[in-house]
Amino acid sequence: MSSLQSLDITRRSATTTPSPQVRNTVDVAKLIDVSKCIGCKACQVACSEWNDLRDEIGFNVGVYDNPADLTAKSWTVMRFTEYVEQDGRLEWLIRKDGCMHCADPGCLKACPAPGAIVQYSNGIVDFVEEHCIGCGSCITGCPFNIPRIDKKDNKAYKCTLCSDRVAVGLEPACVKTCPTGAITFGSKEDMHVHAAERIVDLKERGYKTAGLYDPPGVGGTHVMYVLKHADKPEIYHGLPNDPSISPLVSVWKGALKPLALLAMGFTALFGFFHYVKVGPNDADADAADETHPDSSAGPR
Amino acid sequence: MNAVTAADGMRCALRIERVRAFFPLAEVSSSMDMNRRQFFKACAAGLGGSSLALLGFSAQEVLANVRTFKLTRTTETRNTCPYCSVGCGIILSSLGDKSKNAHSEIIHIEGDPDHPVNRGTLCPKGAGLLDFIHSPTRLKYPEYRAAGSNEWKRISWNDAFDRIAKLMKADRDANFQATAGDGKVVNRWTTTGMLAASASSNESGYITHKFARSQGMLVFDNQARV
Repeated sequence: MSSLQSLDITRRSATTTPSPQVRNTVDVAKLIDVSKCIGCKACQVACSEWNDLRDEIGFNVGVYDNPADLTAKSWTVMRFTEYVEQDGRLEWLIRKDGCMHCADPGCLKACPAPGAIVQYSNGIVDFVEEHCIGCGSCITGCPFNIPRIDKKDNKAYKCTLCSDRVAVGLEPACVKTCPTGAITFGSKEDMHVHAAERIVDLKERGYKTAGLYDPPGVGGTHVMYVLKHADKPEIYHGLPNDPSISPLVSVWKGALKPLALLAMGFTALFGFFHYVKVGPNDADADAADETHPDSSAGPR
Repeated sequence: MNAVTAADGMRCALRIERVRAFFPLAEVSSSMDMNRRQFFKACAAGLGGSSLALLGFSAQEVLANVRTFKLTRTTETRNTCPYCSVGCGIILSSLGDKSKNAHSEIIHIEGDPDHPVNRGTLCPKGAGLLDFIHSPTRLKYPEYRAAGSNEWKRISWNDAFDRIAKLMKADRDANFQATAGDGKVVNRWTTTGMLAASASSNESGYITHKFARSQGMLVFDNQARV
């Protein structure tokens, strides 16, 4: 690793050579305490500002979600859900949606472009757009439906967890700006401790099912939620209960890919040896033999 | 001669069928100039090339660096957010190191972590200050719209100050009250108000306050929101 701003890479998409594993770096994590979020969207603005993104001005879709969905230029979006509890009490659930930075990233596993998706040793999963071929496999591989492909340059984009800030020792832009302290950032260990304190507090306030969302199905995530209703995360605008990478990804990229590569390699090798041993057929002689000995018409 | 042509056509059609079988979506016309052998050669070259790339002989760059940190050598300037009366501290990051030939340009704004009010945080309006500064509709100099006109005209700061001072004096001379109705001595100038401040320190706020009150002004608001 040469440059000052770089982070150690532990995994690259579509790459079989192993990445350097010797150095130990701190696992970082972002903790989003949904119970503290007021839905002000300062994180959305800070994200656009830091990452030099200006999404098109859209239309009001009747709810506070603005923009209505993640886009290639909106890497984080507040999802507003009106939830009626059993006792008839209305709760407004506001969840900051965006990349979860899975420890076992489905996007990276599904990506066929070498080095287009990388995982740094601190846990951040980053898209390297220069290598992206715009195939959309990352969207298929993502259990959270996060990456978006830009219509203009046909490249996939998503939250980088501000890898450029974290690389020089700063917190992500959304974390820094959050006025209520709903978003915090630090080592994953510290975030677990902080979350545990928050959960005790929420339970004392009557939210018996409060808990941490750090789904083991994707190896845990580097963006975690404190949920008041951790037993049913799906009420938070469809947060998956037990996210996992689609089995199709592991079939195609896990079992079939090496076999296909082997077959491809053997075919190339066979072709080469066949050429050396047998050589090319004489086209004109062939054609004359097979069809019309007296005709001069051969394949064009 | 007829038989030859028919057979030839058959073979051609067969060839096209084979090509179609490989490229089902490709528009292959009978005028496409590729025979079976050339097709196989192209396939072999493609296969060989992809195999080499898959074996790691790709020309692609192996390193993936994160985006360069954009504030490494920017000039940092502390300021106060102009939006509301909370008065959050902000840091303006501008291009250049203020050397003689470098023109500054603010490229980023974020909260000041050392400011006691916000400790680095900003609301959505404050977080978007960069576009506020670069807005094409931002007022950058005094403008004057004459009574009855619908046109704003740019004037110099001196002209603006002169006009404001003259109008203030005329209004104060006409409407200042030195005594109340019961004869009590007062210091009242109720027909003119003053809105001031933004990014003011305590000291400049104090001086502003002194000035307004000494004139007798009662309608007065002096804080960051204005």
